[in-house]
Amino acid sequence: MIRWDRVSVTYGQEEVLKETSLRVDDGEWVGLIGPNGAGKSTLIRAAVGAAPYIGTVTINGRAVSRGTDIAWMPQRPHLPDSMGVADYVMLGRTPHLGFLGAETKHDVETVRDALHWLDLDDLARRSLGTLSGGEAQRVVLARALAQEAPVLLLDEPTASLDIGHAVEVLDVVDGLRRSHGLTVVSAAHDLTLAGQFAGRLVLMSGGGIVADGTPREVLREETLRAHYGAGVRVIDDRDGPIVVPRRESDG
Amino acid sequence: MSTPTARADAPTPHIGWVGLTSGVVALLAAAILGSVVGAAGIDPSAVVRELLDALPGISLESGLTEVQQSILWEIRLPRVVLGAVVGAVLAAAGASYQGVFRNALADPYLLGVAAGAGLGATVVFATTDDRAYLAPLAFLGGLVAVGLTYLLGRTVGGRSATSLILAGVAVAAFATAVQTYILQRNVETLREVYAWILGRLTTVGWGDVIGLAPYAVVATVVLLGASRRLDVLSIGDDEARALGVNVTVVRGVVVVAATLATAGAVSVSGLIAFVGIIVPHAIRLLFGWSYRAILPLSVLFGAAFLMLADIAARTVVSPAELPIGVVTAFLGAPFFLLVLRTMRGPT
Repeated sequence: MIRWDRVSVTYGQEEVLKETSLRVDDGEWVGLIGPNGAGKSTLIRAAVGAAPYIGTVTINGRAVSRGTDIAWMPQRPHLPDSMGVADYVMLGRTPHLGFLGAETKHDVETVRDALHWLDLDDLARRSLGTLSGGEAQRVVLARALAQEAPVLLLDEPTASLDIGHAVEVLDVVDGLRRSHGLTVVSAAHDLTLAGQFAGRLVLMSGGGIVADGTPREVLREETLRAHYGAGVRVIDDRDGPIVVPRRESDG
Repeated sequence: MSTPTARADAPTPHIGWVGLTSGVVALLAAAILGSVVGAAGIDPSAVVRELLDALPGISLESGLTEVQQSILWEIRLPRVVLGAVVGAVLAAAGASYQGVFRNALADPYLLGVAAGAGLGATVVFATTDDRAYLAPLAFLGGLVAVGLTYLLGRTVGGRSATSLILAGVAVAAFATAVQTYILQRNVETLREVYAWILGRLTTVGWGDVIGLAPYAVVATVVLLGASRRLDVLSIGDDEARALGVNVTVVRGVVVVAATLATAGAVSVSGLIAFVGIIVPHAIRLLFGWSYRAILPLSVLFGAAFLMLADIAARTVVSPAELPIGVVTAFLGAPFFLLVLRTMRGPT
């Protein structure tokens, strides 16, 4: 269980996260949704130590042990052009290596599995600078999976992916969640996709949580309109609500 | 995002047999060449026989006279070995600064470390005859300078690669100004300091080598031990931290070790610029991105490079000598411009 307790983050004069509390149970998938600047990324960044915060973040009631407790897929990762794909994914094994940093057979196998799950076998020897946006995004996720941490925090994991790869990648994460009991928190802008994979959606706005519940409870036209400020239409499908934009000015 | 360094097939992060073998061969070749070239006109093959004779299990008659033997063992070899050690630590320090600051232009000279160390050493020249204070004061001066450069680069100029280097230039200018002031007040040390500023490997026996050895060994072991962590730092501080790396500690330890290496080198050989830029960049072009390859190879090729530069310094205007710092600057300045041209933002 990962738990944020009254966590606040301030950048300069602006408080971008305001005493936010959230609890995510083991094996649960929570989707963070909300307009730009709502605080979704900041909530994730606080948990991995990438944003200085006031409050507490705990894993099963104790302080977060960086590296082994949480794997993080950042929204804007830094990818050195000349670094190899497999070598980059291997950096995800860092928390498991000894002082001298020697990699074991298990580390090599874990990296190979992560590359395979994300359909990256053929790219293993390529350098990062030669990848497309979508390939790079899958490589970053592979690094997070290779870390073998029980909690996975994904910041817009499908932003650069075509619709086929987006579903494929989220299926991989969901499969691992079911088989390994992973806890997943993902920030996303695609509300339909978020509702289909996350068992629970948390809507953030203005640095706090404004709605929390099942996709059907949160993805309601009036709720979304109030916080996104745009026209939307929600169609209730068998697999969950489908959210489509609606142009209103043409009336 | 793509730069000329991005290849379809990425090189492996490990040092590899090709790199290791070529590094060792370059080192040995430069050492032998450095031992046979010189003003005394000793037969090169006799020198090689004499060196082989010193190896355990090999017994050869070199045919060198006693005077020639003493020229080889007491004059040439200490100088060759000193060149190797200074070259190795300057190249390793340059590579480490580049990794820890994620900045392709970082180098002991451009960060102001060498100027700070030079100021520390000048204070010793001006105030005492006891040269034992040279290395500690040089270390202190170097550490203060790199600390100032880092703080100024971050607070005044943002976080771009060039702002760090500009801060280094400012710190170096300031240290040099203070150094000049001290020299003006102590004219009697001017000549000694001036010869030292230009960089030199002239030694009297093995004293300098023995004095530098502890600094070189400690710093090199620490830097080589940090090489994988430097690889992790290359994907950014936040991500390194999320992977469990204590970024502040790693950066601090690496900066202190690289500064210790630079100060040790500066205190015996003066200011020899650009080794820390030329060697790691050439290795990066040939052997790839990983500090697990760059650092050990910088040690080997840095040693070979400075031994060869010293041969040039000894022979170009023979029987006079060029300061070795002039030779490395002559090669390094155009190389630096080449790096600047191919660099796009921080590495």
